[in-house]
Amino acid sequence: MTVKSRILMSVAAFTLAGAAPAMAQTELQWWHAMTGANNDVVVKLAEEFNASQKDFKVVPAYKGSYADTLNAGIAAFRAGNAPHIMQVFEVGTATMMSAKGAIKPVQDLMKEAGETFDPKSYLPAITGYYSTTKGEMLSFPFNSSSTVMWYNKDAFKKAGLNADAAPKTWPEVFDAAKKLKSAGYDKCGFSNGWVTWVNIEQLGAWHNEPVGTKSNGFEGFDTEFVFNKGVFLKHLTNLVEAQKDKTYDYSGRTNTGEGRFTSGECPIFLTSSAFFGNVRANAKFEWANAPMPYYPDVQGAPQNSIIGGASLWVMGGKKADEYKGVAKFFSFLSDVDRQVKLHTESGYLPITKAAYEKVKASGFYKDKPFLETPLLELNNKEPTANSRGVRFGSLVQIRDIWAEEIEAALNGQKTPKAALDAATERGNAMLRQFERTAAR
Amino acid sequence: MQKNAYFRGLTIPFLLLAPQLAITVVFFYWPASQAVWQSFLLQDAFGISTDFVWFENYQRLFADPGYYKAFVNTAIFSTFVCVLSLSIALLFAVMADRQIRGAEVYKTLLIWPYAVAPAIAGVLWIFMFDPSLGMLARALQSAGVAWNPRLNGNDAMTLVVLAATWKQISYNFLFFLAGLQSIPKSVIEAAVIDGARPWRRFWTIVFPLLSPTTFFLLVVNIVYVFFDTFGIIDTVTGGGPSGQTETLVYKVYSDGKGGSNLGGSAAQSVVLLVMVIAMTAVQFRFIERKVNY
Repeated sequence: MTVKSRILMSVAAFTLAGAAPAMAQTELQWWHAMTGANNDVVVKLAEEFNASQKDFKVVPAYKGSYADTLNAGIAAFRAGNAPHIMQVFEVGTATMMSAKGAIKPVQDLMKEAGETFDPKSYLPAITGYYSTTKGEMLSFPFNSSSTVMWYNKDAFKKAGLNADAAPKTWPEVFDAAKKLKSAGYDKCGFSNGWVTWVNIEQLGAWHNEPVGTKSNGFEGFDTEFVFNKGVFLKHLTNLVEAQKDKTYDYSGRTNTGEGRFTSGECPIFLTSSAFFGNVRANAKFEWANAPMPYYPDVQGAPQNSIIGGASLWVMGGKKADEYKGVAKFFSFLSDVDRQVKLHTESGYLPITKAAYEKVKASGFYKDKPFLETPLLELNNKEPTANSRGVRFGSLVQIRDIWAEEIEAALNGQKTPKAALDAATERGNAMLRQFERTAAR
Repeated sequence: MQKNAYFRGLTIPFLLLAPQLAITVVFFYWPASQAVWQSFLLQDAFGISTDFVWFENYQRLFADPGYYKAFVNTAIFSTFVCVLSLSIALLFAVMADRQIRGAEVYKTLLIWPYAVAPAIAGVLWIFMFDPSLGMLARALQSAGVAWNPRLNGNDAMTLVVLAATWKQISYNFLFFLAGLQSIPKSVIEAAVIDGARPWRRFWTIVFPLLSPTTFFLLVVNIVYVFFDTFGIIDTVTGGGPSGQTETLVYKVYSDGKGGSNLGGSAAQSVVLLVMVIAMTAVQFRFIERKVNY
């Protein structure tokens, strides 16, 4: 078949599908991992979209945790009935994009469906994480956040610290933690959630130092980890030292330790900006957040932070008509007013520039500066090869390996250097295995 | 004329066995053979590209120091859980078997935890012993014990052993109690008349007569700790800190489900399967000799 006839045929197929009389609604399956208030947001978005037109019906389905949702999607794909839209956490990005036949890049989807789509209208700090190095958007950012430093203002006052100006640098944070410790916070001066995201991935971006070669994996799966030195080693050494007298206290691998902030046990806590809803509901003290601290002796720091959260992936092998519906849904999600509402009500970051500008102009951040902190971090400087994000295969497993090694350093089984050496070496073995299955 | 006490031909025996055989084939041999096949493959998560790699998954496994550590962890974990859950259950059963007021209530309460799913059991224990939230953890801390399962491997191991033991005591208790009740009273009464004290009666009469139950429970408990405890480990420690509570079955689960590394995970399942078959065979060969039926 010549190229021309192939194009003709696909055009014909497309027009036929488009011209078919509007029969029943086309259902679009949307698998997600949102619970509680965030689940309500998902359901409401689907309802609003379904009410706004009558050709398509988005059907959201909760599939468990992020990892469960990804696994459910993978299993469904293997069985030949993947959903149309799947919410995948940022850690799964490389896994998804390497599965070429399994996904439909968002940019192609929008173009083919004829939706107006300007990649430049989205915030590059957010979409960059989910785009190729050429800037083609692969998945659609849904709930994005970044790491911020939450602090307990009452505790700061008690320790004689300035509650209105959070410490800016790491030396200042360690100092503040010592003062907080002597003011009675002796179990935990400061701590963090998501130990590897905060202390490796974000730390590298914020100090413009690479976690891995090839632009942190963006330029190829033959990337190698190189974080067993520089700011990574310095920071882990400091954490290990502080763990000894509990000016720093480890709080586990994920966000299960976040309750230590809201209960008042840890007065400084670095974790996701999405912690906002929980803090607002449960913290019985005055609180605020601030950008992540940095080491002033690292040149160019702070650079910019990277995002966390999840994006929506479109699965491959569906009908053109169904893709049209998905594209319409993404246009619906990108609408300025809808983004403004999502951001101001749920604390998710807005994904378009227009939405961010509109909220800024409305003066919303004057009352609620804590919602702008992650945006200021993300847009602090033009992203570099080291601060666009990370794209490593098998990152779910690799993060566990890293966490294991950090724990070994913190409990004194290994020196910080030996722990980071092992973390890079074991991580590289995983990357090589991933490269073999993915690069074709 | 003599009546046949056996079936003529093979049709009826096979028909009668068929349901059980079908279940075994569908739920055991089929998945097990899939695992063996998968363990020779290297696949991406979506199953788009597949390579047949012979024994590479096994080679990688045995070159990984973390895998040997999981062996050691499993040995420690299973020894503690089996010994503790069997001995505590036996103690409870002996106590509950006596003439006491409200024995039924005690028995019911002791059996209850068996109805709790492993993951839920894990969550219950983390509620009590989480260093920030747990009431018992706080009590320990105020008593001067530096309790911190987040970073201290021994604390974490203690916690998963406690949770896994607690979960299994009910089951063992139930069987021990049934075993005790089937011991003929006349034997014990004869010993009483001969002047044997309770301690001596227990070791020379009750314990030997319980040995079939004990042996059965030993096999079942080993299978339990090897295969059924990953839910507890997942909710309590997630294998941490630094892999110090990562047992073989938990590693199968976390590499396969969390890491989408199906080949490596399948290779581990096969190793685990071979190990448990070998251990069960050894138990039947050597320990069963000491059992009085």
